[in-house]
Amino acid sequence: MSVPSTATEIAAAVSSGSVSASDVVESHLAAIDARESEIHAFNTVTADQARATAADIDARVAAGESVGPLAGVPVALKDNMCTNGIATTCSSKILEGWEPPYDATVVERLREAGAVIVGKTNLDEFAMGSSTENSAFGPSRNPLDTSKVPGGSSGGSAAAVAAGFAPLSIGSDTGGSIRQPAALCGVVGMKPTYGAVSRYGLIAFASSLDQIGPFAKNVTDAATMFEVIAGHDPRDSTSIPEPAADVHTKLNAGVEGLRVGVITELMGEGQLQGFEPEVIAQTRAAADALAAAGATVGEVSVPSVIYGLSAYYQIAPAEASSNLARYDGVRYGHRAPGGANTAAMMKASRTAGFGAEVKRRIMLGTYALSAGYYDAFYGKAQRVRTLIIDELAAAYQNFDVLLSPTSPCVAFPIGAVSDPLTMYLNDTCTIPSNLAGHPAISVPFGTGAGDLPVGVQILAPLQGEAVMFQAAAALEAAAPGGQS
Amino acid sequence: MSDPESHRLTRDDVAHVASLALLELTEAELDEFAGQLSAVLEHAKDIDALDVGDVAPTHHPYPLHNVFRPDVVTSADVREQALAMAPEAEDGQFRVPPALGEEP
Repeated sequence: MSVPSTATEIAAAVSSGSVSASDVVESHLAAIDARESEIHAFNTVTADQARATAADIDARVAAGESVGPLAGVPVALKDNMCTNGIATTCSSKILEGWEPPYDATVVERLREAGAVIVGKTNLDEFAMGSSTENSAFGPSRNPLDTSKVPGGSSGGSAAAVAAGFAPLSIGSDTGGSIRQPAALCGVVGMKPTYGAVSRYGLIAFASSLDQIGPFAKNVTDAATMFEVIAGHDPRDSTSIPEPAADVHTKLNAGVEGLRVGVITELMGEGQLQGFEPEVIAQTRAAADALAAAGATVGEVSVPSVIYGLSAYYQIAPAEASSNLARYDGVRYGHRAPGGANTAAMMKASRTAGFGAEVKRRIMLGTYALSAGYYDAFYGKAQRVRTLIIDELAAAYQNFDVLLSPTSPCVAFPIGAVSDPLTMYLNDTCTIPSNLAGHPAISVPFGTGAGDLPVGVQILAPLQGEAVMFQAAAALEAAAPGGQS
Repeated sequence: MSDPESHRLTRDDVAHVASLALLELTEAELDEFAGQLSAVLEHAKDIDALDVGDVAPTHHPYPLHNVFRPDVVTSADVREQALAMAPEAEDGQFRVPPALGEEP
């Protein structure tokens, strides 16, 4: 039997013994060998460990053990998730060579579920970016067109799934870093409710916004992975003290009677500009497809989402400037030689270790938090955050889920966007869910300019993953070209 | 420093903030960053115009309060692994250059 392509099929085949986990791993390592030099999805490929894990799984299957819902499924991890004894770099020179002494909770849970870790994927340094061009180790490339970016910051994880290097990968999403690259690479990417997935072992960027989530070839696989990684973890004090939500029971229930609200401010006709017309057309087609499938579709205004970008670029850098203060050359990572005293050593180490975008964000945050400016910038941004939460709550009085484009544009050429603020505008549609802590998912829906994929975003209220996946599955079934 | 109304950062502002953040910038970077950071702050003018004085700030998107756990040791002892990753270690401790003044 040949190796199937989706996680659900692989886990079923490995569990039944019809395909060995070793054959699954070899076929994916062969795919990596064939195209990785061109794509650069990975910072590290863990081939030897993957083969050993697969052999262990095959032995357990032969012994009649039940291995788990991801039995033998290759998984790629964004390189900001700690892996015991395996380099974890955040695509930064400041952590080059560092090997964590522990596994992140998501890594533990994936291993317990029978997953096979195949490597650590490239990202914008410390997850700051929307193209993976900010990596200290060079950009990743979009497998659908290698002259284009894969999006970011989890570009390597998106590219790994799109290229067939792994059917599942893990990313982190602070302002859209899972959903935007998923859209640009034509795969499914999902950001859970803040606190649904433990952040223990995720290297912090902006702690009130960061959340870990899945990339997959299809909605069902993403739902399976979400259930594996979600649920309370006492090692993360922001972890919601509840078990993982069941998102499978209603997954194929359809959308008959479901109320879907299209966010008018994110459809390119208001103050927010820069949306590609093909992206808007596909988003409208997606709304029509859900209506044809039985949903009640309407328009809804969430006026303050237009302020999301400004609020985000105060809050996220402020939290980052605090979180990244720990990289000082004392305990781990890069230390610059020759510092005459501790302060000089720290300054030299940080200056040599961080790239330009990380420095910009640290400085923005330091400025926003400095005396005399706190109320004007950070304080105001935190109040705007409340406005967005309140308006979304009002929208959910009348709608079960909301809909928008994921990204205002399809994948753009590598090197095309050099101005930081222009790059930040890629996050316009994804940021509101991070500010509110709500779940959201990007589902491929048709193509735009250059035949490149368009992603449509489904947003749901706090802990609304079940209805979000339900709508996403219906959208996937209705997508042009019939997604699997 | 420049006043928050103008949203323009001067080279001196950027140099001061870099120093607070323990970063050193080249002359070229000071010019480049002054323009780029000012552009982001200019964009934030849209929220400056909002009257949100009576809106409570949100610091955290999920309402959790007072997260407790039993007062028992749960973390593993990873002292050796941690020190093995240090740029410099001595006698079971992280070694750094002198905290004050020039190196002897």
